[in-house]
Amino acid sequence: MFRYIVRRLLQMVLTFFGATFVVYALMFANIDDPFQALVGDRPLTDTQRAALNAQYHLDDGFLTQYWHYVTGLLTGDFGRSLTGRSIGEMLAQAWPVTIRLALLAIVIASVIAVGAGVLAGLRRGGAFDTVTLVLTLIVLAMPIVVLAPLAQLVFGIQLGWFPPTATRDANLYQLLLPALVLGTLVVATELRVTRASVAENLRADYVRTARAKGLAPKRVVGVHVLRNSLIPVITLIGVDIGVLMSGAVVTEGVFNIPGVGFNLLRGIRTEDGPLVVGFVSVLVIVFLVINLIVDLLYAALDPRIRYE
Amino acid sequence: MSDPNAVAVAEAPSTAPRSLAGDAWLDLRTRKIFWIAAVLVVVVLLMAVWPSLFTSADPRDCLLARKNAGAGGGALFGYDFQGCDVYAKTVYGARDSILVGVTATLIAGVIGLVVGLVAGYFGRWVDALLSRFVDIVLAVPFILAAIVLARRLSSNPESNGIVAVIVTLGVLGWTTAARVMRSAVISAKNQDYVAAARMLGASPARLMLRHILPNAISPFIVVLTVLLGINIAGEATLSYLGVGLKGDAISWGLAIADAGPYARTAAAPLVWPSVFLAATVLAFIMLGDAIRDAFDPKLR
Repeated sequence: MFRYIVRRLLQMVLTFFGATFVVYALMFANIDDPFQALVGDRPLTDTQRAALNAQYHLDDGFLTQYWHYVTGLLTGDFGRSLTGRSIGEMLAQAWPVTIRLALLAIVIASVIAVGAGVLAGLRRGGAFDTVTLVLTLIVLAMPIVVLAPLAQLVFGIQLGWFPPTATRDANLYQLLLPALVLGTLVVATELRVTRASVAENLRADYVRTARAKGLAPKRVVGVHVLRNSLIPVITLIGVDIGVLMSGAVVTEGVFNIPGVGFNLLRGIRTEDGPLVVGFVSVLVIVFLVINLIVDLLYAALDPRIRYE
Repeated sequence: MSDPNAVAVAEAPSTAPRSLAGDAWLDLRTRKIFWIAAVLVVVVLLMAVWPSLFTSADPRDCLLARKNAGAGGGALFGYDFQGCDVYAKTVYGARDSILVGVTATLIAGVIGLVVGLVAGYFGRWVDALLSRFVDIVLAVPFILAAIVLARRLSSNPESNGIVAVIVTLGVLGWTTAARVMRSAVISAKNQDYVAAARMLGASPARLMLRHILPNAISPFIVVLTVLLGINIAGEATLSYLGVGLKGDAISWGLAIADAGPYARTAAAPLVWPSVFLAATVLAFIMLGDAIRDAFDPKLR
């Protein structure tokens, strides 16, 4: 186990440098005159150039710049966006609402997925199973760009059931509609995996043994089948967090939620390189850490899995 | 009836050995979902190749006087906020969406095929290296990478961004295909017929292309079918975010993005491109599902 964790951590370091390097290169390499790009159309004096260089290290080679950036990142200094705001501060302001949105989406999605998935798996081929399969197919085909504006239009504006936008300190009710939309990204796959693994586990030997012992059907399903069926679902939920963070970019854009995705999108539109690189780096770290935790959890949940 | 030859001929198809693909086709023919998906796909492809078959209106013939006008006067779905015919714009939008989807999927397919085949066949350090590379690409959330890459590639203000979108989706979308190909190759390469071919002195290239590939390709094709749908949705997402198609391009994603702020006053310009987009993606996903079921002998 220990060796496995060490190996995974080393892999994470490699992935982290690979990902940030690529993002950094894409945002900053090959700009003709980075100083001019910083100030726009105004003419630039030599002293101003020197002052900017002291701040941004733009005259250095690309690798040196990247080195400056990574050392800053590792000491918790994300630098400043082109608008002069501290990126660390912007992140601190943007995270809470995104985390709440993502958590709400995960909770909604997994409750629906596990509930409906177990029911569908228990009666494979039944009416409920067929209907849920068709529904998941439709949900799978609905990208967030389609679903978010439509949901906002129908439930936020025309029916008026939910507020069509949300603020930074939005309450649960304000976040419900965006979270529902975000949850659709992952609910279909989670439901299908639950259904498949319940159906498979129902045929397992230990279920037959449990039934033969005379256990109540409720206990067989609720304890024996469910516990084993949820293992792949939990891994999937971990992977889904990355999907949700991606989906949050569009969802937050549509519903005007000033979270991480919203800021990131604005940074891309205004060509704010430092902001984009800072936000993406943090998102990648979060994604990597969550994946590691999920993999370790996997071993804890399923004693058959051993990492050497 | 009295002619024995006639009976023999009639019975011949059922006794002749059928290939896996032949079996799959017989199975597919009986599935309703396959036919629904196939009809949808054909209609959308027709729309992409020959839009004037569906509408005689010009999608760029826009008159502000008709701003947000309702249906009628030849416009099936009414007019959008710039006075363009929504139906015509939606029909013509199919072309770029399909073009992006197909070419991006081809790029992703080629990369995935080569990486999966090489990693699966050679194994050992080649596999370890390529698999770690796949892990790294997968470690960056897709939309984040796509936004940054598309933004970078589409810096030329002259172009309408279609090449940038195709390259972005192709370069980032091959990982699942590669993984599926790799595992299919690993299970195929240990079969007896591959060992026999190797014993006969077949070169690695011949083994890979003539013996392993044909038997490992079906799950790969299923992944590509679904990926086609995902890429069409990906184009819409990137266009919606402002890093995809731009300028005078017509696409469903652009139409959705443009109509969003005006949805309160005119819903049709938002709703119809959304419906067409979702139906197209659905068609490809259903097609992939149906093909997978048909090729999976365990389900028969």
